[in-house]
Amino acid sequence: MSSGMARFAVRRLGQMVLVLFAVSVLVFLIFNVVPGGDPAVRMAGKIPTETQVEAIREEWGFDEPLYVQYATMMKNLFTGGTVSYFTGQDVTEEIWRGLPRTLSLAVGAALIWMAFAIGLGLFSALHAGRFSDRIVTVLALVGISMPVFWLGALMSYYLGNKAGIFPEGGYVEFSENPADWFWHLVMPWTALSVLFIGLYSRVLRSDIIETMGEDYVRTARAKGLSERRVLVKHVLRNSLIPIVTLWGLDFGAVIGGAAILTETVFGLQGVGEYAAEAIGQFDLPPIMAVTMFGAFFIVVFNTLVDIAYAALDPRIRLEGEVAR
Amino acid sequence: MSERAPLLGVRDLAVSFTTEEGPVRAVDGVDLELRAGEVLAVVGESGSGKSVTAMTLMGLTRGPNAAISGAATFEGTELLAAGDAELRAIRGNRMAMIFQDPMSSLDPVYRVADQIVEQIRAHRDLGKEEARERAIELLDAVGIPDAAKRADSYPHEFSGGMRQRAMIAMALSLEPSLLIADEPTTALDVTVQAQIIELLRDLNRERDLSILLITHDIGVVAEIADRVAVMYAGRIVEYGTLDEIFYEPQHPYTWGLLGSLTRIDRPRPRRLPQIPGMPPSLLAPPQGCHFRPRCAHAFDRCLEVPGLAPRLADAPGHLDRCWLEPERKRELREADSSSALEQPR
Repeated sequence: MSSGMARFAVRRLGQMVLVLFAVSVLVFLIFNVVPGGDPAVRMAGKIPTETQVEAIREEWGFDEPLYVQYATMMKNLFTGGTVSYFTGQDVTEEIWRGLPRTLSLAVGAALIWMAFAIGLGLFSALHAGRFSDRIVTVLALVGISMPVFWLGALMSYYLGNKAGIFPEGGYVEFSENPADWFWHLVMPWTALSVLFIGLYSRVLRSDIIETMGEDYVRTARAKGLSERRVLVKHVLRNSLIPIVTLWGLDFGAVIGGAAILTETVFGLQGVGEYAAEAIGQFDLPPIMAVTMFGAFFIVVFNTLVDIAYAALDPRIRLEGEVAR
Repeated sequence: MSERAPLLGVRDLAVSFTTEEGPVRAVDGVDLELRAGEVLAVVGESGSGKSVTAMTLMGLTRGPNAAISGAATFEGTELLAAGDAELRAIRGNRMAMIFQDPMSSLDPVYRVADQIVEQIRAHRDLGKEEARERAIELLDAVGIPDAAKRADSYPHEFSGGMRQRAMIAMALSLEPSLLIADEPTTALDVTVQAQIIELLRDLNRERDLSILLITHDIGVVAEIADRVAVMYAGRIVEYGTLDEIFYEPQHPYTWGLLGSLTRIDRPRPRRLPQIPGMPPSLLAPPQGCHFRPRCAHAFDRCLEVPGLAPRLADAPGHLDRCWLEPERKRELREADSSSALEQPR
């Protein structure tokens, strides 16, 4: 078992390096072939002279062959010397500054959407076909269809600006004032969760209904267990397997970039908002760094999901693991 | 045979389910009596209502779409009227059930022993360790080799026969007086089937365990049953001791069923006889005797439902639902069985 685990880890690590390499090459190439991508021209100001542009090219190394530029960029990325072309700020520092904000948003939202999804999914599965189930279904579909930026803007305007219940935007460090931290995050959490609550509660509803028809649930009832125990220990335990894997993947994706809109609408200044700004300015170093950051989280969470899946379902073995 | 008190008595049990096409009357007035220590086999083809009967006794068909009427008394408790909590205290405890498909009847995410422990602790105030020891004893008793080690296996690590043994161990964990076995061998290989039947027979003899066996397999019935109830389209059409049913079948359906059995003590038919036609839809069952449309001997009176009653002077316990006179039945039965026999090759 442990040697299988080690083999699994090594293989996944290798895969991660490959994915990160491929992603970085792609981003780098796209940036260099897109028209108007030449950073030297834009860095030189509004009406640059040819000599100014040449000087910048030489200074920043833009005259080197692409593979040299790529190698330099990657080296800087991992040694911490990458700076933005336009602001001159250290990219790694900016990401570190944004990380707690993005993590606060993602962790809180993930907990909220999972808790609500389990509640709603269970409720509608137990009331399947009844009026209350239809209401929940409609709400879920509304939630799934609602664009985050629109919902976020509405909340920010009505609950923040007009009613003044919540702060319109911004972020307060947890260490500074936990209550304020929480209060600032309520709206972003909600806005980000709505889509996932809708999606997950639908998936869970059908998983639960399917599981309730399983023979082993009938066995559990025949054993004389209480209905509550049948539901929690046998129905939910089995229905949660697919949803937990989905959860891990989505959580990785939210940290790795899926929270861009929410962060921007509420001005959280997390990694996502930083990425959005960098893309707006066509600023390669932060784009590279943020992309690698996102890809890293997505790959890591993919691996964690596989491990969790094998732990939750004893029939599943990790690749490379030997049968007992 | 010494008469023993009935352990389970079922009177006029009817179960119907609401479906999109209309109500389906799956069980239509079933009477059964199981005496303590006996094996009662309910035989019928799929859709005859035999499994629904068994599951209704366990309370497993209760739901918004099911209408259940009649009476079922088990050890003095009226099962159909029992509240959920009362029923929960009985099932798994005094009355346990094993199912057709052992592959899917155990929860895939828990270890086998833990599933047995869960049942024990649902009914007895026992520590985890004690319950686990008991689970291992049970697994050993039903013939799981190396039970102490295999107890920690997951169901998918067991073969089909072992899973059914584990189900039986679980069912026996609280020493119930009644075991309901719903097609316990259908999903298993023939050799494993024989082992499971043997295990059930031993449990019946050694532990005095009463068994309600639901099956479509006449061969299984012959091996283990004391009494037999033949079920067709939601009704019991014949009820009697094993010998009565096998040697003096009174209902044309029963003798059709027995005629479709290969027997080594009789000349071999060229082709295995079968009952023509299909069982009726229970959405719109035929008027009168449900077997009438398939019966070669139906006559006017069969449009009326025959009651389940003794019709032979010398066998008051042998009941059937057929209007034909016993003498006439014998003639027709013999004619049927000889017409099914071609010249032996």
